[in-house]
Amino acid sequence: MNLIPLSHILIFSLALFGIGIYGVLTRRNIIGILISIELILNAANINLIAFSQTTSLSPETGQVFALFVIAIAAITAAVGLAIVLALYRARKTVFADEVHLLKW
Amino acid sequence: MDFLQLAVKTGIYALMAGTLVFALGVVTLKNLFHAALSLAAVLIGTAALYLAFHAEFMAAVQILLYVGAVITVIIFAVMLTEHIAERSILQHNKQSLPALLGVLALLVLIGKVLLKTPWPVNPSTLDARVSVSDLGVALMGTYVFPFEVISILLIGALIGAVVIARKGSHP
Repeated sequence: MNLIPLSHILIFSLALFGIGIYGVLTRRNIIGILISIELILNAANINLIAFSQTTSLSPETGQVFALFVIAIAAITAAVGLAIVLALYRARKTVFADEVHLLKW
Repeated sequence: MDFLQLAVKTGIYALMAGTLVFALGVVTLKNLFHAALSLAAVLIGTAALYLAFHAEFMAAVQILLYVGAVITVIIFAVMLTEHIAERSILQHNKQSLPALLGVLALLVLIGKVLLKTPWPVNPSTLDARVSVSDLGVALMGTYVFPFEVISILLIGALIGAVVIARKGSHP
């Protein structure tokens, strides 16, 4: 861990976060948007693990909260993909810009 | 010894670069199935990074939960919904250029801030080894309340997912 400085890890996870944001903004497919959200959560997890080894009060804290983030990512995937399947059954589309029932 | 350290350092940087390349694949590949596989590669690279940070249990959880469960669910959803035969469908909307500029501006801003911040270093956590039993004691002691909240959230979300995806659930 002290081989590479903390700021390099933070820059790396920042790049991962930016790529995820770009994916959320530009993908049309809802599943593609969900995949990009997983990238963003993963970047946050890398930060938590890196901080748990350098700046945190006790070394377990970061890892425990990274576990919580992984659990919430699994919840996001399950509920999001259930919504996608229900939407596909009702409207026969998975593209976010074609779902404009409530838009005028 | 010095040579070994240099090799490990180079390896970690190469791992980071490869992970970023696969992450670019996740957001730019046209075929969504390939994007999901590329996400699996990103997650495995992150697990290897956790190993380099001495977080062995987190690496195992990452492989089991993310690569094992989440990727499987995503690939199932891709196969159940995507029109495999139609390759000509546009996969990205028309906001690519504004999104790119906005994301670059955001990255430059955050990068400047985090390079200027003096990160305090707690010497007792530097190179500390966290065993699985340490994590278990922390989960059952200090963090027992968020742990219980997460369990209730998990059971509620799973029941909700089944209800939403059930056939004929919409009235």
